[in-house]
Amino acid sequence: MTTTAPQAPATPVQSEPQLPPTRGQRFTGAAANYIDERTSISGLVKELGRKIFPDHWSFMLGEVALYSFVVILLSGTFLTFFFQASMAEVEYEGSYVPLKGIEMSVAYASSLDISFEVRGGMLMRQVHHWAALLFIASIGLHMLRVFFTGAFRKPREINWVVGFILFILAMGEGFTGYSLPDDLLSGNGLRIIDGMVKGFPVIGTWTSYLLFGGEFPGTDVVGRFYTLHILLLPAILLALIGVHLVLLVVNKHTQFAAPGATNDNVVGVPIMPVFAAKAGGFFFIVFGVLTLIASFFTINPIWNYGPYDPSPVSAGTQPDWYIGFADGALRLVPPGWEFVLFGYTVSMNILAPVAVLGLFIVVVMLYPFFEAWLTGDKREHHIADRPRNNPTRTAIGAAGVTFYAVLWAAASSDLIGTHFRLAIEHVIWGLQALLFIGPVVAFIVTKRVCIGLQKRDREIALHGFESGRIVRLPGGEYIEVHQQLDEYERWKLVAYNDYQPLMLRPNKKGRITLNQRARAVATRWFFEDRIAPVTQSELAAAHAHGDHHGELEGSNPSQGAISH
Amino acid sequence: MSKKRTAKTGRRSPLATLALLTVGLATTGGAYALFTGTATAETTAVHQQLVDDGEKLFVANCATCHGMDLEGTETGPSLVGVGAASVDFQVGTGRMPLQQQGPQAEEKPVQFTEEQVQALAEYVASIAPGPEIPEEEYLTGKGDAAVGAEIFRINCAMCHNVAGAGGALTEGKYAPALTGTEAVHVYEAMLTGPQNMPVFNDANISPEDKANIITYLKYLEENPSPGGFDLGNLGPVAEGLFIWIFGLGAIVAITVWLTAKSN
Repeated sequence: MTTTAPQAPATPVQSEPQLPPTRGQRFTGAAANYIDERTSISGLVKELGRKIFPDHWSFMLGEVALYSFVVILLSGTFLTFFFQASMAEVEYEGSYVPLKGIEMSVAYASSLDISFEVRGGMLMRQVHHWAALLFIASIGLHMLRVFFTGAFRKPREINWVVGFILFILAMGEGFTGYSLPDDLLSGNGLRIIDGMVKGFPVIGTWTSYLLFGGEFPGTDVVGRFYTLHILLLPAILLALIGVHLVLLVVNKHTQFAAPGATNDNVVGVPIMPVFAAKAGGFFFIVFGVLTLIASFFTINPIWNYGPYDPSPVSAGTQPDWYIGFADGALRLVPPGWEFVLFGYTVSMNILAPVAVLGLFIVVVMLYPFFEAWLTGDKREHHIADRPRNNPTRTAIGAAGVTFYAVLWAAASSDLIGTHFRLAIEHVIWGLQALLFIGPVVAFIVTKRVCIGLQKRDREIALHGFESGRIVRLPGGEYIEVHQQLDEYERWKLVAYNDYQPLMLRPNKKGRITLNQRARAVATRWFFEDRIAPVTQSELAAAHAHGDHHGELEGSNPSQGAISH
Repeated sequence: MSKKRTAKTGRRSPLATLALLTVGLATTGGAYALFTGTATAETTAVHQQLVDDGEKLFVANCATCHGMDLEGTETGPSLVGVGAASVDFQVGTGRMPLQQQGPQAEEKPVQFTEEQVQALAEYVASIAPGPEIPEEEYLTGKGDAAVGAEIFRINCAMCHNVAGAGGALTEGKYAPALTGTEAVHVYEAMLTGPQNMPVFNDANISPEDKANIITYLKYLEENPSPGGFDLGNLGPVAEGLFIWIFGLGAIVAITVWLTAKSN
């Protein structure tokens, strides 16, 4: 594997007259030498500086996540200067009128002080929270990009898992942060977690007591979550981000098929200096967008919610968006799922959704290994798939997205009810049905759309575009002239892997193993409907044909490469 | 200054004391008479006029559902004893007359003039006593916002949301947003419990505390969110939608722009 970059005029050409180095150059050289002699950093710079980044907008989503994380670290550090993670009771004496003289925890009072008394505190709080939302949203979009382009295939399966753990950790960071202000909203969120923990048989109640240091809400949880939020979770997160990036460098970046871009190279710009400059600029753009949002739009108006008190629950109480799917799962459970067994209540209304969500998460995390097993493909893949070229995978992704989206929507069932003038029960029933029907429909529709697009690609690769130019031939015949693609454009349409259902064959011992049978079933489901990429001979035949007739017939037999 | 001149040009004639006494007696007596039901001819006439007008309006607009004698029918509840406050709330916010049968009466443009609403209220109150229209002193919004906010969070926020943005109830019913609702209607709603709302009588939440709640709501209305646009005060759902659509949307637009090839 090699990396190739457009040759940058970095080294002076020998034939030029040698000028004596200027003072600046001498200083730079001396300084670089000083550092290199003591750290041997030049090897790293040589390796890293020549890392190539291909140019595609979707390759920047992970960067967005990284930069939002930096913004979170910076703004979060500011907040730690003023936040006090104590649940001791105080009387509020700050400047927000509707809370004056109200008893509250020190944590809530200091959050209010950050908002109203500390100069720039409100902005920092809002930057921190908006950046957290963007962080997880960009991770989500980044994961979707990786999934739909098949960028999780060998050698990147491990990095997919690392990234997935990062996603889970980010949700943990988000949730612990959401709980810190100790306002009504965060307390309600904690209450739900408390309920979920207590729903587990045998260990639930004990775990809850352990977590909260006694009966909920206790006086410990904010301090404990604060330690997790600013110490443990960020440390793990940072370490894993490091691993994620090292693996990114080791594995190289994927790229889309393009002229000169093959499975054995990476075409793009090197980190030094172009990409680094661009990335640095992009960091400030992300920071700027977040700051703009934070200066104009309120997020989590803790002053409205008031101090936590276990009795009130506000209408419209929801978790932040990334926990929404879990909240939605709880809301979609039909009534009456608890039952009593030997005098103990078994809370299936909690256990079932938790199990479903756990399963969903594990399936997403292990999907790359499933696909690797299914295809039996041990090759390395550095060319990103166009989603349409692996219809079943794309359809599975669409089904997963639909499933997640329905759970997500369920978390706002009350707001859907009020804003679309629907009864909340009807919304819930609709979403319950959609949870099962939606993914199936999404799977079928997506797969058909992908295959349709592949057919069209094939048609265009073979016969070119309809140019709209009608020509009358000397014999009186009318034809529409098709405009052929150039080689480069055509390459994008034909360069993809073609997998086929596994043929069952006995192994060396003359037996057909169960594993093989399972794989045969799986590959049949996966690859039965497929459009084969255009082959060289098909292309030659089409062109020989086209030279004579200017691509007249649309109903060409060569389009029918779909099996079954 | 002589006594004679004072007596001549002074505004107080010797009969003044007597006249004042008479007026005073007449007023207190009249008021007493009014409150005990034997009003003076004039006030009775004015009041009776209102009640009569109210009755006509009631017969024309309300009796179909509520019955000719307020006794209620299959389509509408009895109004005996609901009081003037209830009528003023329901008719004064346009909820009544009902536009159509549904999960709950919808707010709509008010159908009657203030005088007509008053007449209807007087008429309904004249049939049987009930909660009165609240005194002006509780509606000024000059109470204690902090106390009001706390009572609001404990008693009202579970349906109306902490910031009064409203929320969903069961079977298509909902707790409306409280922004823009007049103080008198907020008070009357607490007093009479319209639609699905529970009654918060004076033993439950004292008139002073009702005034505090009104103060808090007025505070929210008059002071925009200190953090910027409030996105409807709908909580994390609005925030999540915002970051996905506008936040991530803007970022993706920028990435597309950054990687766009020049033509």
